[in-house]
Amino acid sequence: MPLDTTAIRRQFPIFREEHPPIYLDSAAMGQKPANVIDAMDTYYQLAASNVHRGMYALADEATNHYEAGREAARAFIAARHRDEIVFTKGATESINLVAKTWGKVNLRKGDAVVLSILEHHSNIVPWLQLKEDIGISLRWIDMEDDGSLRMGDLDVALQDGKVKLVSVTGLSNVLGTLPSLSQIIERARQANALTLVDASQLIAHRPIDVIKLDCDFLAFSGHKLFGPTGIGVLYARSPLLSKMPPFLGGGGMVQRVTREEFRPADPPAKFEAGTPPIAEAIGLKAAIEWFTQHPWKGIEAHEHALLAHAIEKLKQISGLNILGPASADKIAGCVSFTIEGVHPHDLTDILGQAGICLRAGHHCAQPLHERLGIGASTRLSVSLYNTPEEIDRCAEEIRCAIAKLKK
Amino acid sequence: MDLYAESILDHAHHPFCKGPMKHPTVSHEESNASCGDSLELRLLIKGKRMHDIRWEGEGCAVSQAAMSMLAGHLKGMTVEKAAHLPPRFVFDLLKVPIGPRRTKCALLCLHALKNALRKLDGEPAQSWTETIGN
Ligand SMILES: Cc1ncc(COP(=O)(O)O)c(C=O)c1O
Repeated sequence: MPLDTTAIRRQFPIFREEHPPIYLDSAAMGQKPANVIDAMDTYYQLAASNVHRGMYALADEATNHYEAGREAARAFIAARHRDEIVFTKGATESINLVAKTWGKVNLRKGDAVVLSILEHHSNIVPWLQLKEDIGISLRWIDMEDDGSLRMGDLDVALQDGKVKLVSVTGLSNVLGTLPSLSQIIERARQANALTLVDASQLIAHRPIDVIKLDCDFLAFSGHKLFGPTGIGVLYARSPLLSKMPPFLGGGGMVQRVTREEFRPADPPAKFEAGTPPIAEAIGLKAAIEWFTQHPWKGIEAHEHALLAHAIEKLKQISGLNILGPASADKIAGCVSFTIEGVHPHDLTDILGQAGICLRAGHHCAQPLHERLGIGASTRLSVSLYNTPEEIDRCAEEIRCAIAKLKK
Repeated sequence: MDLYAESILDHAHHPFCKGPMKHPTVSHEESNASCGDSLELRLLIKGKRMHDIRWEGEGCAVSQAAMSMLAGHLKGMTVEKAAHLPPRFVFDLLKVPIGPRRTKCALLCLHALKNALRKLDGEPAQSWTETIGN
């Protein structure tokens, strides 16, 4: 059954406006369906209370809602236990948590972490920080010109047994390419390296099953899944979480504190110091419920058709160069491009004046842009609420902008 | 008014003072990491005045046009005056409203100029906050 985009769009307050924007930047932030906004609103209006603290009914309710958010996140990525879901501020914090807790106690000078050239800065900088702090080295999986990873680079990196972690994105936030996670994870496991999947982009475009994937860690943010900002998830296998030292210190993450020492709580509380993002967990649950109404097959087919249409339209624009494979079969979520003689910021500024939202810049993937030999690109990303007509309008406006900038 | 007014595009396509300089008194490069714009400014200073200016760079039309326009006004200006040029000076040259998201594009030239002159004096580079705020 094809998705009914008219019905879908009606559920988003922003698309009910008289002149809604043509929003082609869902890779940066998903729009919010009304049920997410309502769920958070209800909590703030009628049920605001802290978790795991009070002895009154309202406090129980807050705790239950918060934990229901955790259960929804668990089910969404098919993790075994709810305790394997740590709530963070977002994917960035999730990856930092791994680097600063697991990394700090398990990595020594001379150990290596493998990254792919596709990574977002949030899956690069935490490891560069460990490079500075303890002298680990980073090894990189390069790509072919079509954006597919050179698996031979991974094999070479894994040969000497120094690699302790392979940390890769499940979906490039620039090229839209999908590294072969199962192959990467299998090879890493054979070499006794752990694996982290940055699922920030993947989460809204493909079903994820962490048991089938067999990864050790997985990170994503709620806001790309049409949920609120300020919440993200770190999935980690239970035995790992038990052995990792706590992250931030404070209330909620301890069993017992004396003047001399503290005993950390069990996971996931151990990693959730302070008042957690309660309203956000409620919003995330609502977003997951909203998302799971639609079968993945329908979402994938709709987005594939949009990307195929976008690629066809973009290819007809002279001087426009699509980055990556330029084939909808090989990408998901987004496609990026450059235009000869037109800077992405000028282009997207003009598009923005016409109400069309596209992202320009390096998209927090500078090593990838350096590898591509460019400073910046323009990204068009799609989601289940977009329509082919929006792509057409966008392509038209790109032509107008080029005509204006090049005259 | 339209940001991509004729004059901005004119400057972007046919820039003033763009090119190499053999023996600059000082040269300095600044870039906007977020968009990949970069400008390298070369100044030839004689008797406390800007004797010659050359620059090279790449980036959006706004950053390149602003540099071109500013360069056209620097020749002959005293170092003292150049070191104290306010952002308004650049905005007035551009003659179009510059919103917050393009402020850094517009002022990259000024940032490069200020820090080139600071380098000449052996002073540490100033921050973006100082460039935008003074
Ligand atoms: C691939 C990838 N990783 C990580 C992130 C960081 O997510 P956040 O900023 O929500 O922490 C993003 C978001 O832009 C992303 O696209």
